[in-house]
Amino acid sequence: MNNFSYLSTTTAKDATAAVTGTKGAAFIAGGTTVLDLMKLNVENHSELVDINLVPFKGIEQTADGLRIGALERMSDVGEHPLVVQNYPVISQSLLQAASPQLRNMASIGGNLLQRTRCGYFRDVAFPCNKRNPGSGCPAQEGENRNLAILGGSKACIATHPGDLGVALAALDAVLLLENAKGKQRRVPLVDFHVVPGNTPQRETVLEPGELIVSVTVPAAAHARKSMYLKVRDRASYAFALASAAVGLDVQGGQIRTARVALGGVGTKPWRSVAAEKILTGAPATEATFRAAAAAAVKDAQPREQNRFKVELAQNTLVRALLELSAA
Amino acid sequence: MEHEPAFFETSPTPGVVGKPLNRVDGRDKVMGKAKYSAEYPLPGLTYGVLKTSDIAKGRIQSINASAALKEPGVLAVFTHLNLPKPAKTPNDAEGKKAIGAPMGFLPLTSDAIHYAGQPVALVVADTFERATQAAALVRVSYAAEAPIAAYTDKRAQRFNPEKIQDGKADGYTRRGDAQAAMAAAPVQLTAVYTHAINHHNPMEPGATTAIWEAPDRLTVYESTQGVTRTQKSLSAYLGLPQDQVRVVTKYLGGGFGCKGSCWPHTVLTALAAKGVGRPVKLVLSRKQQFTSMGHREDQTQTLRLGATKEGKLLALIHEKTSTTSPWDNYAEANSKIINLLYDCPTFESHYELARANVMTSTFTRAPGEAPGSFAIECSMDDLAYQLGLDPIEIRLRNYAEKDPSTGQPWSSKSLRQCYARGAELFGWSKRNPKAGVTKNGRLLVGYGMATASYPVHNSQGTARVRLYADGHAVVQAGATDLGTGTYTVMTQVAADSLGLAPDKVRFELGDTKLPTAPNSGGSVAAGTVSSSVYMAAQDVWERLTKMAIKDPKSPLFKAKAEDVAMENGRLQLKKDASKGEDFKALMKRAGIDDIEGSGQGKYGSGYEAGQSAATAPDAHKDEAGKHSMHSFGAHFCEVQVDPDLGTVRVTRWVSVHGAGRILNAKTARSQIIGGSIFGIGAALMEATARDPHYARYTNADLGDYHIPVNADIPDMTVEFIDEHDPYINAMGVKGIGEISMVGVSAAVANAVFHATGKRVRDLPITPDKILGTKSV
Repeated sequence: MNNFSYLSTTTAKDATAAVTGTKGAAFIAGGTTVLDLMKLNVENHSELVDINLVPFKGIEQTADGLRIGALERMSDVGEHPLVVQNYPVISQSLLQAASPQLRNMASIGGNLLQRTRCGYFRDVAFPCNKRNPGSGCPAQEGENRNLAILGGSKACIATHPGDLGVALAALDAVLLLENAKGKQRRVPLVDFHVVPGNTPQRETVLEPGELIVSVTVPAAAHARKSMYLKVRDRASYAFALASAAVGLDVQGGQIRTARVALGGVGTKPWRSVAAEKILTGAPATEATFRAAAAAAVKDAQPREQNRFKVELAQNTLVRALLELSAA
Repeated sequence: MEHEPAFFETSPTPGVVGKPLNRVDGRDKVMGKAKYSAEYPLPGLTYGVLKTSDIAKGRIQSINASAALKEPGVLAVFTHLNLPKPAKTPNDAEGKKAIGAPMGFLPLTSDAIHYAGQPVALVVADTFERATQAAALVRVSYAAEAPIAAYTDKRAQRFNPEKIQDGKADGYTRRGDAQAAMAAAPVQLTAVYTHAINHHNPMEPGATTAIWEAPDRLTVYESTQGVTRTQKSLSAYLGLPQDQVRVVTKYLGGGFGCKGSCWPHTVLTALAAKGVGRPVKLVLSRKQQFTSMGHREDQTQTLRLGATKEGKLLALIHEKTSTTSPWDNYAEANSKIINLLYDCPTFESHYELARANVMTSTFTRAPGEAPGSFAIECSMDDLAYQLGLDPIEIRLRNYAEKDPSTGQPWSSKSLRQCYARGAELFGWSKRNPKAGVTKNGRLLVGYGMATASYPVHNSQGTARVRLYADGHAVVQAGATDLGTGTYTVMTQVAADSLGLAPDKVRFELGDTKLPTAPNSGGSVAAGTVSSSVYMAAQDVWERLTKMAIKDPKSPLFKAKAEDVAMENGRLQLKKDASKGEDFKALMKRAGIDDIEGSGQGKYGSGYEAGQSAATAPDAHKDEAGKHSMHSFGAHFCEVQVDPDLGTVRVTRWVSVHGAGRILNAKTARSQIIGGSIFGIGAALMEATARDPHYARYTNADLGDYHIPVNADIPDMTVEFIDEHDPYINAMGVKGIGEISMVGVSAAVANAVFHATGKRVRDLPITPDKILGTKSV
């Protein structure tokens, strides 16, 4: 870890000004990712600008859905009655992530920016195109058991590690962003993260100095009836091998609307419109779910060690849909 | 041994020994008052941080420390060019032996790089943060070569060693003609088992605080399982007489074998302290822990088993191939347990090693017994299914009434009782003999069991008792408490041996100033140290008896020493308890405030055979007595497997062991639970991934190297069979630290097979290895 200066700010304007005005500066909220990566020398920031006092707060019902301030903590959002009742997939994705200690620190905005757990990325002794563009990707022929089967490229197959982003991708969440000039813009979650392509160092459309202000999620029947299923190597405190965020509106055995996103298998939270198309209007049966699952992984490009994820992702999705439709 | 007193005889009805006494150090630990080795605030203390190699093979071309040295507070950047020279290194065989080093290589002695994570510099600064920052600023350029990562690499040089572990075990064993017996066997099974790299990962990482008290006198606060072994190693490394090196370990946050030896960071810290002329503290980071104190090696075992159609074993042939370092022939001795667990007339085993660019692997809880039992206990399960027999029945048909590997009778063996009691507690009779048919909703339910066994290794040590006339005692031995309860059980043994309440006894350990005790490793500590404490107490009573029979004012005046016994702190005639007196009265009359006794405790074959075990060849020290000495036990496991998601959860667990005298029912139970969880970790999730091209770990942290969390572990049932073994030591104690995990991975794998009908022989059993399983 390098030496760095620290600045605490209370307004978005001061924070974004500080970060854009200082070379190598970065925001810090909960710090669970940035400090971890700085200790590993993966990130080396000259200054950390603390935004915890910036009032990006609130977990509230709006006219058309849910609004979560970007600086709310994972634990507070995951346990909030409004979220638990009307957006169970969000609550479940949060409470199945990390550990209680981490959830008490980590912010919602920070969680969406959490960086990959790829072992090559996290160790500066390895080449890594994400960390050091052009240096290579040893994961392709190396330890890739938990890397992505969807959205990868020759340059990078690092998995998006988060759970919340998967739930938000399924529920058509929109992020409100604000830049140093105070200008705000809205970006759908599914467009916020980008696949690596030839530029794996770029993980989101966030511009330098830009902050996540809040997340909004439209209310919907498929949001009220939603769930998150996470499969991992141990029962708790592990990243997903595969996960499924699903929402269903079933009436009389027929699926009116469906939402599907996969986690642990994509280079970004993996919304599957193809699966949703198959589900929509179809009977809520295992055969339908199987067909949807096959569609969701149709473009999978597994490597040697993560081939099992093609089957696991489908089974996880089918199980989630079965449990949800039976509930 | 007839001449030595035994606890069974002098304390036929124990007082506190065996009782579930709470940990005497528990309060200090939860209050944060227990001082671990990195927590001594010495005046002038400085902080050492290792800089480690980015490559796994090659040479250091240059090291540029100028930026690091410009940082405020930085005192030194030590490299192979400027580190004070040790008197000896383990880089040659003579040095390795003298040091007792676990690895035949000391970093910072040349520009050669042999493994990823090898220390290349040690930075010392006045704060930890400054040292860390400076270490990041040290620039090292390398001439890299293509490394070899493991035995699986086709380029790896493979060989059959004559001996493994510096001569401690044979590389080839043959008993009878196993090949011929196998060829003629009506039932023949061949199975291949693989085991991932496992790391010990104690909660407390390796840590050293070194302070030179004088130019030729060193004190080290060390995170070690044995202060004396570390003292001996450091004295050889540094060319100091042993008495000029003091090693202190008052508390240890786990060890599991990785703290059983003196690893490079310890002597490097001592040398750095010499170099800067100030005390230096160095704590390994979690990442460094993965490349600093050994690991359980990656390995493949092939086990061939020949049997009659009735399930009687005829032949066992075992081969193991594993990765070792460029210098050492280390392999866990897996074959030992396979050679003795069942009555089988023929046996053969071979070890094959492959050199790779890794550090030397080392003992990891139940070294050899854990992976060896995985192979034999899964194959016995296979045999049971093949012949349509119950897994317990197949084991009973091959029950070894004596040790087949040596022909010696057992000193004690309660395995039948362990099977019976375990089966009863578990409800084994409810098991459907068919695999893959028991269900709980979508989940497949499986029952599995396996046998456990662990040797009573030869060992010895000393202890001192100081008994005060006011009814208190201080008892000392330079032993280690790994966190498992040594402080507590020795307090109990001392209390009973001295006829005092436990709160009148203080037990001190973890300092080379105290009487010498063995390493807490190989499960020898409880039996050796308790026997030493007991013998030291007997010494006190002998001295007091001598005083009494010479004292005209004593009721025992002119009694014969052999007619006098101690009961509850009172010396009295064996035949007439009314004739005697309390030790306090005797001591007060004699005008002495305290009296000291010391004793030597022997453990294992050395106890039965006198000192001869110490001079026996390394590989056969445990066979010096007339008896073969082992603990035995059985684990029973229920798993529930999700065949679609691949997840395996252990839902019920029963362990029953026969391990001699149990010193404390509570700490013993906790230790069996801990060992079983350790084994469940190895069975289901623990695996360090080493990149095949870079020979470097890709998951060296506790977020990605998975060990079980609470949610992975059900309530566990643990029982012990009462066992009286007069041959093993004065206390009749067998260790339980390691047997607790022997057979665990097999019990889990056998339960997975029973649940799914799929045999997974590749540890750990992660979801990817279950997928594709459908109920039969």
